[in-house]
Amino acid sequence: MRTGIVVFPGTWSDRDCAHAVGEILGEPVRYVDHRERDLHDLDLVILPGGFSYGDYLRCGALARFTAVMEAVSDFANRGGLVLGICNGFQILQEARLLPGALLRNASCEFRCEWVHLRVEQSDSAFTLDSRPGQVLRIPISHGEGNFFADPHTLESLERDGRVVFRYCAPDGRVTAAANPNGSLRNIAGISNARGNVVGMMPHPERACEALLGGDDGLAVFRSAIHALARVPV
Amino acid sequence: MYRAEVFVTLKEVVNDPAGLTIRGGLHALGFESVKDVRAGKYLVITVDEPDEDHARARVEDMAHQLLANAVIEDFRIELRPEPALQSPSPARGGGQGGGRS
Repeated sequence: MRTGIVVFPGTWSDRDCAHAVGEILGEPVRYVDHRERDLHDLDLVILPGGFSYGDYLRCGALARFTAVMEAVSDFANRGGLVLGICNGFQILQEARLLPGALLRNASCEFRCEWVHLRVEQSDSAFTLDSRPGQVLRIPISHGEGNFFADPHTLESLERDGRVVFRYCAPDGRVTAAANPNGSLRNIAGISNARGNVVGMMPHPERACEALLGGDDGLAVFRSAIHALARVPV
Repeated sequence: MYRAEVFVTLKEVVNDPAGLTIRGGLHALGFESVKDVRAGKYLVITVDEPDEDHARARVEDMAHQLLANAVIEDFRIELRPEPALQSPSPARGGGQGGGRS
């Protein structure tokens, strides 16, 4: 799985992603500078977490206008796999590759903690290896992850099975107490209609080794490997 | 030259945690009459455009493309003519070290 990890000024999870995909899974990885325009050598593009452009104006608003995001858009439209994590999710929404927006956490606090996610569907490129209802334990680290979409968009996401992950209790129940940021319907991750683009607030790259507290995040990256084996891009 | 003040606020239907927190702070200070607070962003943009219509059209375009996210935010623009920017006047007081008063 030839993986490109996009680096904007202010990105900070790029090396964690490279470690997870390159070192732990042993797949070829390269960093992609925000000025690059050619992604033809890649199967998967990861937009990692961080504070691109200092989060100025709105999280992800300025990263959207970089050269690489035009290329990411073309790449996604060609069916290439795109995973936006945390700030990467915010960027995908600003770029209109995914719907909705991420507001300030309802608590107004930056939340950095382990959460549980219920896998809602196993059709997306990043949940193929999971089964619906499975619970993953993965950390979050954000101040603005409060998922919002207008009622019409929300309904279409639900109807089309595009809600990929929800915050849940350890036993899989979706409860208000398990919602760390006020996200509508506990939504932690969504996909586009085709299932090749997924955005999620939690950090699977930080949950890939038992040494660091758990390896449930590997399922996300392994799914992408299997998605590529199944459908040639 | 025109000076545009752009006010970006969350839509009424969007929950505003910052506004709610500020409201709580005001209540704690004894301002019980505060019913609602909406927090937002304020930008001042100076544009070199020939007339007000052009200036407004340009700033609206900026707001649609970048300054506001239509999914969650509304914006309002106030425009007024701005005298052409002057180059900084020489320091008063003359001589080296001048300008310190």
